[in-house]
Amino acid sequence: MDIAIDTSKSRYQVDKNGYYGRFGGAYVPEMLFPNVDELQRKYMEVLSDPSFQQEFESLLRDYVGRPSPLYFAKRLSEKYKAKIYLKREDLNHTGAHKINNTIGQILLAKRLGKSRIIAETGAGQHGVATATVCALMGMECVVYMGSIDIERQAPNVSRMKMLGATVVAATSGSQTLKDATNEAIRDWINNPVDTHYILGTAAGPHPYPDMVARLQSVISEEIRKQLLEKTGSELPDYVVACIGGGSNAAGAFFHYLDEDAVKLVAVEAGGKGVHSGHSAATTQLGKIGIIHAAKTLLMQTEDGQITEPYSISAGLDYPGIGPMHAHLYETGRAMFLDATDEEALAAGYELSKLEGIIPAMESAHALAKLKDIPFNADDVVVVCLSGRGDKDLNTYIRHMNK
Amino acid sequence: MQNRIDQLFAAKQHGVLNIYCTAGFPELNDTLPVMTALQQHGADLIELGMPFSDPLADGPVIQDSGTRALKNGMSLHKLFEQLDGFRDRIHVPVILMGYLNPVLLYGVEAFVKKCAEVGVDGIILPDLPMAEYEADYKAVFEKYNVHLIFLVTPETTEARIHKLDSLSKGFLYAVSSSSTTGKDKDMSHQQAYFERLQQLKLQNPVLIGFGIKDKATFDTACRYTNGAIIGTAFIKAIEQSKDIDSSVRTFIGAIKN
Ligand SMILES: Cc1ncc(COP(=O)(O)O)c(C=O)c1O
Repeated sequence: MDIAIDTSKSRYQVDKNGYYGRFGGAYVPEMLFPNVDELQRKYMEVLSDPSFQQEFESLLRDYVGRPSPLYFAKRLSEKYKAKIYLKREDLNHTGAHKINNTIGQILLAKRLGKSRIIAETGAGQHGVATATVCALMGMECVVYMGSIDIERQAPNVSRMKMLGATVVAATSGSQTLKDATNEAIRDWINNPVDTHYILGTAAGPHPYPDMVARLQSVISEEIRKQLLEKTGSELPDYVVACIGGGSNAAGAFFHYLDEDAVKLVAVEAGGKGVHSGHSAATTQLGKIGIIHAAKTLLMQTEDGQITEPYSISAGLDYPGIGPMHAHLYETGRAMFLDATDEEALAAGYELSKLEGIIPAMESAHALAKLKDIPFNADDVVVVCLSGRGDKDLNTYIRHMNK
Repeated sequence: MQNRIDQLFAAKQHGVLNIYCTAGFPELNDTLPVMTALQQHGADLIELGMPFSDPLADGPVIQDSGTRALKNGMSLHKLFEQLDGFRDRIHVPVILMGYLNPVLLYGVEAFVKKCAEVGVDGIILPDLPMAEYEADYKAVFEKYNVHLIFLVTPETTEARIHKLDSLSKGFLYAVSSSSTTGKDKDMSHQQAYFERLQQLKLQNPVLIGFGIKDKATFDTACRYTNGAIIGTAFIKAIEQSKDIDSSVRTFIGAIKN
């Protein structure tokens, strides 16, 4: 397993100070310094430990159901005139890629001697994945979730509660993922000794972006092997992923970052249109600044107040992106596109009808851009299908007859 | 001119009272009236909060005061407008406290320069990392004789306290317990930590903040250090106030007498 590989030669991976180009770092108040410092000092040692890797691998295999299939989507391929493969993270236990990270971090938390786990969640997928591993390990679990998301992702709230987690509503600000993350960070400040914060995306202070990317890197590690078997080459022409904070994209891109032949495509949430005032397309609308203790691109006012984003998809409704992605954007290594609510809904319906797969609203954003990329007929395209759409049925149904 | 914070501590080593208030709160144009009343009724230092949309180190009371100030129309530019000429009336040292993002967007040097121009003496930016300050900004702060004040907590190691003390100017801000602002943690448990700070022979004066809310907690803090900082309790005392001056007088009176 390659989660602890040396990336120091890469142009796109984190440097020894915790930066991707000019993005990254750890802008934490002193109250959080000991916790973040401990993680910075220990995460690579833990991830490199053979006993950690063995436990991680065996849980991914026997509990999560990995490797997740790489499925050749024949009818979708016919429609878009390319060879389209779907990386089926939707088939993981709990229904999304999020569990790869939570399994890794709970094993890390145990090794750090922590007894209490906190997490933020947007779509509820990361909350469910955290509640699940806490049940598995018998640890206390508190999940912060924006009150708006509690409403629009109700099935996941019930799942977290059934798994024994306490779900706390974040009622400040836009009452979505950003505010849930603020509350989780405040909880960590108030509980500095016994608590580990399982951050759910490739954002936040160093080492989270790199740690989460590494724990998700099994996605591209598997894609390489599976593509080799299916096509005779480990390298596709395109890898396409949606991007909220950027964890599924980081995992899908990880082992391709320095393969210049592979085009990386990140799809942000355009909401009602990038310039409608209701959008979460950070690279289009953002400027450099600090959000959740990382220097990255974020949406903000001229006074430096972080603005409230909008997306139909709770998991993409975030005014920043992880620092790795800000760097991929700035260097031009990845192409950044955005999909509107409408486009994502249409793509969700299309995949359901063409392939019999109902995708998560988040993943539907990635699918929505297949129509806009100028493929050649023999291009091999991998789309990271980050999650399944059960949690979004209400949203889909509400728009069914429009 | 010597920095006003240094002048204060040269003249007074005990029982220094620093009061925090969010700028533009309760109403947009209350910034100066609140500061005037604080000086009038005996605050030794004033810490003005620059409201931010995502104040990670703050509890609900200060968060809400910031949200209200932002709704009132407060911004960094507005604040500097309000502070223009305030030194005609106010002579106590004034510190701005806030988060790094708005300051970065304003431009760190432009911000520090502006602080010096209007007569602000110190700045607290809890999310500015020590190493980045030292490498990128220390020279700027020194050039304009504006002090940057660092925080320490009960979890900060001794070596790190010394490092933060060596970079901090004016005073060192000792957070009473590891918490966000306004948490009611029992201060009696912090005694060992306060004693440890006392024994470290730090180069800066020390003020204790977080959880100081009344005469008893203020007096406890002052037994160990040069004084204390009150924020949340003061915000509560003026948030509903119809008469700022009399609310401030009552509040400070109860702490000092
Ligand atoms: C299925 C799914 N995909 C994608 C995301 C977006 O997160 P990230 O950008 O970290 O992959 C989420 C977040 O909740 C999700 O649930």
